[in-house]
Amino acid sequence: MSYYKMSAIAVLSVLLVGCSSTPVPDPEPTDTTYGGSNDGAYTSGIGGDGMGDGEYFDEAAEADEADEMLGSVIYFDFDSSAVRAEDQDLLSGHAIQLSQNSLHNVRLEGHADERGSREYNIGLGERRAQAVRQILMIQGVNASQIQTVSFGEERPGSMGGSDSDYAQNRRAEIKYTN
Amino acid sequence: MLKNFTRLLIILIFVTTTAFAELVIDVQGVSQPTPIAIVPFGFEVISPGAPLDISAVIKGDLLRSGRFAPMAENDMLQKPTDGADVDFADWSVLGVEAVVVGKLIQQRGSDAYTLQFQLFDTFRRKQLIGFRMPATRATMRAAAHRAADMIYEKLTGIKGVFGTKVAYVTAEQQPDGRLYSLIVSDQDGENDYTIVESKDPIMSPAWSPDSRQLAYVSFEGSKSSIFVQTLRSGNRFQVSNKPGINGAPAFSPDGRKLLITLGGINGNPDIYVLDIASRQTKRLTTHRAIDTEGAWSPDGRYIYFTSDRSGGPQVYRVSVSGGSPERVTFEGSYNARPRLSPDGTRLAMVHNDRGNFRIAIMNLERKDLLVLSSGQQDESPSFAPNSDILIYATRRGGDGVLETVSADGLIRQKMASGRGDIREPVWSPFERF
Repeated sequence: MSYYKMSAIAVLSVLLVGCSSTPVPDPEPTDTTYGGSNDGAYTSGIGGDGMGDGEYFDEAAEADEADEMLGSVIYFDFDSSAVRAEDQDLLSGHAIQLSQNSLHNVRLEGHADERGSREYNIGLGERRAQAVRQILMIQGVNASQIQTVSFGEERPGSMGGSDSDYAQNRRAEIKYTN
Repeated sequence: MLKNFTRLLIILIFVTTTAFAELVIDVQGVSQPTPIAIVPFGFEVISPGAPLDISAVIKGDLLRSGRFAPMAENDMLQKPTDGADVDFADWSVLGVEAVVVGKLIQQRGSDAYTLQFQLFDTFRRKQLIGFRMPATRATMRAAAHRAADMIYEKLTGIKGVFGTKVAYVTAEQQPDGRLYSLIVSDQDGENDYTIVESKDPIMSPAWSPDSRQLAYVSFEGSKSSIFVQTLRSGNRFQVSNKPGINGAPAFSPDGRKLLITLGGINGNPDIYVLDIASRQTKRLTTHRAIDTEGAWSPDGRYIYFTSDRSGGPQVYRVSVSGGSPERVTFEGSYNARPRLSPDGTRLAMVHNDRGNFRIAIMNLERKDLLVLSSGQQDESPSFAPNSDILIYATRRGGDGVLETVSADGLIRQKMASGRGDIREPVWSPFERF
């Protein structure tokens, strides 16, 4: 999980270079994360300078990169659609990415484990996708940028019938479609 | 646009495959099945070789029903093909209660046959059925199932379902991902063919009351939509493609409407009635909870559905004209996917039985719940059109397989799995022509 946090900060820093005048809310106290991580040198270096050399950018590629760096899957407890505290940073990173790039769209894919009835599980998966959608919208993402789909138990992330397989399958995936 | 076009190409309609050829691996029947003899049928044919072993089909049907113990051919003292040649003493001495004899007669020089058979009560020495019907090579298997249906009904008083079909979904792991297929086969697994396949999930097949169409949910393009496909032509049309969930289709008894679940952009699943011709929808439930898996009562007056408005999923019932739903199930923390027996007396569901998801059946008058299956992840119960048998999916060695059980829980059939993960079996209505 700390990987996600570090990556989120890295992306925040990249974004700061692109639009340095826009205030970006920090999800964590900055010093602790910067100082403590191995990537700290790179990220704090650019951030501290304030004005980099500038760079060419490609929004679509950045979206892919953000997607990859931030992590795009979050997991849920049994019979729950509550986003875990540890995943809030990841979602904030995506919220920033989306609210600053109105051309970017995401598809939120909700999933359930295989236990119980299939169409009811479609409902449970949708709840998870909607929980993520609500968080993104509260953080400034336009509703028109978000599409949700629930695959219920139809697309398991992990085959097999153990509790850890089930835990891998109770998830929401964030997929950039544009 | 191009993307949509290539996606369309991926979906192949009408591809023949074999899903489970050796279907039944285990039958647990009633404690005292009726001894019966199906004498090998005679063949009065012009072209050499029998087009189909008729008696083997009838014997297989009766054996799998769990209510009959067909005699081995080697134990038979005589093998008549005409009723006039049946010596009742030869059969009653062996304890055989009923004898079936018959033959297949080919008409001169064409693909036209007559299948005739007779059923006798050996103790009363009386003919119970004498019947002949036309058949071609293509319809011969169906004709044999029809004979088995007539014999079964005469001897048990229960309408036979050997001539009916089953639809189910398979998921196969392939090098480039999973392939989902919707398959229709005879109820014994023969004659299977794929009616649609896709790289994206297919789920929730539902028969039209005339057995000619299937509604199903498809995730083509990574969004759910509902299709109705005509089996004979393979033509299909999309009936619902709204934002969010489009799920759980169920045909009305008159075939003109579909119950569907729509989630909408804010993801609140509720049950709607969709008029197929006009595409107009009417909302039936309005609760914030998950309301889904709608099922019609056979008289078309009530809708049974799953809702977690009380916390966990339970079965509720609402009048088709609307109003406030009443709760139907109270036993246990999880009761979902209600299905009414075609005679309207019983409700099948997925029930959490001490941590295991199993098929249970409730008598709607007495309200008592009977757990019928013994797996851990049993799902998708579907009644045979005679209300006497259910088919459902269970797990064996990691894969989904099909089983049937009689509504009293006494007779079980395990079906072999030919490929991949088999799920969501739905039994057809009685064929209508």
